[in-house]
This record gives sequence, C-alpha cells and structure tokens, in this order.
Amino acid sequence: MSTPNPAPTADAATPILQVERLDLDFWVDGVWYPAAKGLSYDVKAGEVLAIVGESGSGKSSSSMALLGLTPQNGRVAGSAKLGGKELIGIPDGRLRSIRGKDVAVIFQEPMTALNPVYTIGFQIGESLRTHLDMTPVEAEARAIELLTMVEMPTPETTVKKYPHQLSGGQRQRAMIAMAISCDPLLLIADEPTTALDVTVQAEILDLMRNLRSRLNSAIILITHDMGVVADLADKVIVMKDGAIVENGTVDQIFARPTHPYTQQLLAAVPRLQLSDREAVTLSRGSDAPVLQLTDVAIEYPKHGRVPAFRAVEGFTLDIHPGEVVGLVGESGSGKTTVGRASVGLLPVKEGSLVVQGVDLATVSRSKLREVRRSIGIVFQDPGSSLNPRFPIGQSIGEPLLLSKTAEGSQLAHRVEELLDQVELPRSFRNRYPHELSGGQRQRVGIARALALKPSLLVADEPTSALDVSVQARFLDLLQGLQRELQFACLFISHDLAVVDMLAHRIAVMNKGHLVEVGTPDQILRHPKDPYTQRLIAAVPVPDPTEQRERRESRRVA
Amino acid sequence: MTFGQLNAGSSDVGTPGGEDPRNLALQSADGLLEQNDEASIEMHEVEGLSLGRIVTRRFFRHRAAMICLIILAIVVVLAFTSQGIDAFGVQIHGWWMWTYAQVPDVINGGEPTLSLVPFNIGIHPLGQDTVGHDMFAQVMRGTQQSLMIVFLAGIVSTFIGVTLGSIAGYFGGWIDAVLMRLTDITIIVPFYLIAAIVGQTVGGAGPAFLGIFLGALLWTTLARLVRGEVLALREREFVEAAKVAGASDARIIFRHILPNTVGVIIVSATLTMSATILTEAAISFLGFGVRSPDTSLGLIISQYQAAFSTRPWLFWWPGLFIVVIALTINFIGDGLRDAFDPRQRRGLTRRARRERAMEVERATAAAAGSAS
Repeated sequence: MSTPNPAPTADAATPILQVERLDLDFWVDGVWYPAAKGLSYDVKAGEVLAIVGESGSGKSSSSMALLGLTPQNGRVAGSAKLGGKELIGIPDGRLRSIRGKDVAVIFQEPMTALNPVYTIGFQIGESLRTHLDMTPVEAEARAIELLTMVEMPTPETTVKKYPHQLSGGQRQRAMIAMAISCDPLLLIADEPTTALDVTVQAEILDLMRNLRSRLNSAIILITHDMGVVADLADKVIVMKDGAIVENGTVDQIFARPTHPYTQQLLAAVPRLQLSDREAVTLSRGSDAPVLQLTDVAIEYPKHGRVPAFRAVEGFTLDIHPGEVVGLVGESGSGKTTVGRASVGLLPVKEGSLVVQGVDLATVSRSKLREVRRSIGIVFQDPGSSLNPRFPIGQSIGEPLLLSKTAEGSQLAHRVEELLDQVELPRSFRNRYPHELSGGQRQRVGIARALALKPSLLVADEPTSALDVSVQARFLDLLQGLQRELQFACLFISHDLAVVDMLAHRIAVMNKGHLVEVGTPDQILRHPKDPYTQRLIAAVPVPDPTEQRERRESRRVA
Repeated sequence: MTFGQLNAGSSDVGTPGGEDPRNLALQSADGLLEQNDEASIEMHEVEGLSLGRIVTRRFFRHRAAMICLIILAIVVVLAFTSQGIDAFGVQIHGWWMWTYAQVPDVINGGEPTLSLVPFNIGIHPLGQDTVGHDMFAQVMRGTQQSLMIVFLAGIVSTFIGVTLGSIAGYFGGWIDAVLMRLTDITIIVPFYLIAAIVGQTVGGAGPAFLGIFLGALLWTTLARLVRGEVLALREREFVEAAKVAGASDARIIFRHILPNTVGVIIVSATLTMSATILTEAAISFLGFGVRSPDTSLGLIISQYQAAFSTRPWLFWWPGLFIVVIALTINFIGDGLRDAFDPRQRRGLTRRARRERAMEVERATAAAAGSAS
C-alpha cells in the first residue's frame, strides 16, 4: 500500500537535510543564552539519525528551529537545507507549506499532541487537505489507508474514534499516520516512545523500522534512551550544552565512544543482564515482616455514574527488615496503587495490609498518623512532590516538626544532617524547589522521607523523570543509604534494569494481579510466567548488535 | 555496574584535589555539576530568587500596573489628608479649607475657580453646588467613603470566598455539595433587590455596613475559583507528602494549598473591588447606600443628575474619580496576574531585537560563504 516517494533527492548520495553551523540563542533577562552552538550534520534518505543528549542539551529546540518553531525570544542563525532549499530565514508562509508536508513531526505525548475534540480521521484528513488537493471523502479513504499502514487494528472504525478512546500505543500510531500522511522527506521523531510502556515501545519501534524502509524518508530521532538508539538508529550525534561532542555510526558510538561525555552517558545506562550474575544476597533473620500484604484488594470508589474500579486484587507480598523489593509492571498494572495503599493514602477494600504490626485496613485515623512515622515515601514527579512555596529546609523538617521529635536548633541540626546524607550542600535549606534540578529535588524527596528514620521506604518510580546520568547517581545514593540505614524498601518501577540493580527480590504485576515473585535471578534470568518473558524480551538493550539479535529472536518467537 | 566509578569521576572534575572529604562530596556530584547539566535556559531569569521576590520583581516591571499603583496611592493620600478622618469616632482635621458639611456662600453661581493658564486654584477649585457645598470637599469625602466601602467589601468577600471555596474543594463529598448549593443560592439572589430592601430597613447604617454587606454577597465567584484550584492542588504529590508527614487537614489547607492559590485570590479580589466601586455608585445612586449629609461618589452623581446641563462640573469630578479608581484597581490586578503567572514570558526588548537581526545576518552570511 505504500506510495512511491516523489522526492527528487531519493538517490542515496545526496543528503535530504543538510544542517550547517546552526546557532540557536534565547534572550533571557538581558543576555543571549546559546541553546545550540554551530551544529552541523546531514541526513540521507532512508537513514535514521539519532540526536542523544540530556534534557536541556538543546536537542529538541534545535530540531524545532528547522521548522521555524522557535519561541518568540529565540533567534536562529546558520543554514539548514532541505533537498537543497534553504529553511532558515524564509518567510512564514513558505515554512507553513513545508511543515507537515516535507517535514513532519512525531511528538512525545500523543495525548496532548492530538486534539481531543476531533476524530482521528478528521485530524489526519486535515493535514492531507491542507497540503494536497483532496475532497473530504478522498481524505478519509486515504486516512484509512494510512492507519492500515501503521498497523492500526480495525482502521475503518478507528478513523471515526476520538483520541481518548484509543490506548497510548494506538494514539502514537495515529500520530505517526498523521506525520507520514503527505510522504514527508524528513520525519522528526521527538522522544516518540518515552511515554509508552516497554512492550508497546517495542511495537512502535518495529513499526518505525518497517516504515523507514517503505517510505524512504530521512528520520531524525530525538531521544535520551540509549536502548532506543541502539534499536533504530544508523548514525548518532551526542549533544551536550548545545554543542555536538561526538558523532558517528551507531556501532562506532556504542563500541568505541571517544568523547568522555559519551562514555559517561553509556556507562550510566542501567543494563539488564540476561546472563547469570552474582546474586545480591541478604542475610534475612527471622524478624517479622515490616510490610505484609495478604489477599489485598484496592478499589477506586464509584464516582457519579462511573462504577467502582478494582485496581488491585488478591495481592500478597511480604517485605522484611532491610530488604529491597522491586515492584514492576506496565502502566495501569496497579503497582502505584499498591505503593500508595502501603502508606495509607488509599483505603484497602479486602484483605489485610499490616505495617509494623498494625493493620491499615481497620486502623483509626489517629493510629494511622502514628504508623506513618515509620513509613517514608518518595514520589514519582520531583516537580510536584515539593511545595513550591516552602524552602527546602522547611519541606524536609516538616515531618520532624509535626511529629514533635525535634524543635528549634535541634530541628535545624537534623535537617543539615539529612542534607549531608543525601549529599546536598547545607546552604540548600534556604532555597526553593524551582531553583533545583530534577535530581536535586528528588534527593530532597529522599531526605524528607528519611527524616523520621522510617523502617519502610516506598519509592514510587523515583527515577522515571530523571536523565540517565542523574538517575545513575540517584540510584547509587539510594543504595548507599539503604545499606547504611537498613530500611526496608518497596521500589516501584517500570524499568527492569533499574530494579535488577537494587532489589533483593522482584515482584511482577499485570492488570492488578501479582504474576510472579522471586529473586532477580529467578525473575529476570529464568522467568517462568509468559507475561514476564514478554516484558523482558521487549526491553531494548543499549547495544546495537545484541539488540539486533534479540529483535530477530523476538520475531521468530 | 559502574555507578561508583561515575561518581568518582565527576568528583575529580568538580573539585581540585587536596580539600577535605566533606567538601569534596558536597560540591562534586550535585552542587555544581548536576545543576549545570540540567539547568534549562529559562531558569537563568529566576536563579537564586525566592518565589515572592520573583513575583515582586515581575510586578514592579509591569509598567501599567506601577503607574496605576502610584495614581491610586495619590488618590488615597489626597482624599484622606484633605478632608481628614472622621470615622469610628476618630476625628482628625484635613488641610483643605472647607469640610464636606460646611455651607459657605455661593460665589459666582458656583462656577469652578480652577484655571490652568494662568494657573490658579482659587477658593472653590471644583465649584460649588446650589446650596454652596464646596465640590472639592464633597468629592474628597465621597472618595474616602467609596474607597472604604471598596476595601471592606474586598476583604470580606475574599475571606468568605477563600474559606468556603477551600473547604468545599478540599473535603469534597457532601460538604462540597452543601457549600456549592449555598453559593448557587447566593448567586441567584437578585442583588439590587436585596440591596434596596436592606438599604431601606437599616438605612443610613454607614459605609462600613454597606461595605460588609456588599462583601457578603460578592464572594461567590472567588469561592468557585478557589474551589477549582484546590481541587487540582489537592491531587498534587506535595499534599500527599504532607499527609504522610502527619499534617492535619487545617495545616494542609492553610499552609500547603492556599499559598499556592494566592495568584487567583489576588486577581479575583482586585477585580471584585473594582466592580464594587461601580456597584456602590449604583446603589447610592438609587438612594439605598450612603445618605446625606454624608456622601459618596455615587451619591454625588445621583444628587446632581438633574444639573447635568446647567452645572456639568457637579458631574465631571465624581465621575472622573470613579473611573480613575476602577481603572487603577483593574490594572493593578492585571499586573498581579501577570506577575503570578509563571508561564508569562516577556518578548524581546528593542535592543535584543536589533542584536538578533545583526547576529542572524552575520551568521547566515558566514554560513553561505563557507558553503559556496
């Protein structure tokens, strides 16, 4: 069903996109701050160029600048030629005819990039009819064709659906269908799989690889996930602070990185080791478990006409003192629900949830407050888990103040001690959350959770919002603190590699049920349950050769 | 895994050797490196400032709001010093030669004596009414009363609206339902009818009563706005963190949630206040607000509506002050909203635009030169 690409530059020799000395600056508070400095690269037809870098390295904004989509306070200089024609500095009208037709973008978050009040078919048709002379009927027929091309199940009915009626993966497929609707010469994919679960991510990556060979477009893949790069890219550019520090083919970058930053970036990526390795042993005494869940069911109560929703059912798990248990699963599997119930933020519907000998299912309000002193929680989003109006010191000190364990100078002293423990400067106590980076905020989150020396720490995806190198340092810190303070930890994550590093035991959840529990070796190296096997197979490995083999074996299976 | 190595590596970069180990640990991994790694460009503007200071700085840069703040301050100072204070049993005389209650002889048919060329204030700069009241004294007294009503109404409505709105939003369920139906009932009450009845029964109870009464009816918008904000903030993780830390409901509402809604509250309060000055004028115009011999801006206009064609100055000045007060409060509210909105981003200054043009030209020329 693919249509031949009408591009005149389809022969492999000439690049589709040629970027030369691209500069991008932003005017902030009276000074120009560079976001990209002298970028030069080119992409050929049918080639995937990955731009890798941490947040703030300018990888997204420099790519958007190609389309003239720079914020009002930005300026672009240099040259970018698409099929030999200059893109920088041409009038808006000409750019508009290029956007969507010659250059298309796949965004990170399909839910926000698709307009919720229009059907998928209408939105695909809109971009078709803007650039090509088509009747609405033709546009819809073409939309169905495109949805078939992106392997959307039942394209004839999906075309009439609204974005909220689709799953995350289907939305991303619709987004891709929209992007390829006019056979673009260049496709910019801005973190196309970051918001998706691993199994869905694997499907989308397969689809993109498939489309690349069929459409013969040039693809710029912006990502921070080395696994995705290894899976899809031909060439890689590594960016740091707006400049290219290294570029080369994917095999070069992964096998022989020359720049120290690239080496550091690669070293920081947690790897899922599939061969046997030394097991983390835990000398477990006969102590009573810190957290004991028995046949727990958790429900979100009915709300108006929406019936009650049972998020977790028949869940049984013990955590012993000093033990780290990793809880993994895809989004919607109920893992966060379990974590929140464990600190008493959600009521338990059935079964018993015992923390330190107290059953939270039947506990009174005042008793709950007391039990909570022995539990700490670190939240997923470091941006929203600290009160923006409280200085850091006050946020950390709040549990101490409210439990009346410390006051005045004693409180100040304890806050400083906690800041030392999480390796933040003491002067940070007077700073506000917005002045801190994500990794620093997450450290503050840990300091607060540990303020009362809890026997149980619940960490709800604490690293999912962090860059890889920051994540590595954060996990290192958490591991060190855990060894030193010997608290039990329920570590919730969707990243199997991260859990592999930290956990003594791993529990796998799917659709509200516990699938499998065991040591990392049992779960990751010798999984018994088919769901666990599928989950592990879908994880992209940051090594192009190994990833290729895994892909082949997955296809065969 | 190589996490340990990575950390050690960054320590080496972060600090020169030979320092004591604590400093090494503190500065290395995070203090300097991580911030550089992650600090996005937009943060440069707010680096090292508390939220309050950022808001103040943005507000002071809002030119219209600053001008209006100064004008309003001048109006307040003028009104209260010229006529002195005569409220709640306190009496301080002002510097103006007439008081609003004095009835001097009518000079020249009450024509204003103010002239700009040659500049002369004269004995009755804004003129006199038929009886002989000095208009400047009247208008100043009216401004005093109107301002008092406005601020009282603003405070009362903000207090009620914030309290009810936050309680309804935070607790939800039946508390929310009851409070919101109460709000609905208050909204459907025909405002001027109630004002007329109350004005008739307790007539002449003074501006303080009128201000409180207006405030007691005008809180509904704010209550709904605050409820909406609280509903959203209640789901934020820092509220859950506070719960886990053992904070009580009252502490969560007043220490954690409400400070984060301050933008909405201030904006809505200023808008209510600027609406109140018009409402007060309308009510006094209808004869249910402030009564003679005391006076307010609305009452002055009402009293002299028949004189519009013969002695227009009786109309101009109170009207001008109503417009000035309403406008300045509106602009100040506008400035505050911009200051509290973190997404508000200012465009380029003229210098920046010129520099951009030059730089782009230079760089493009350089690129073209190297390409050919």
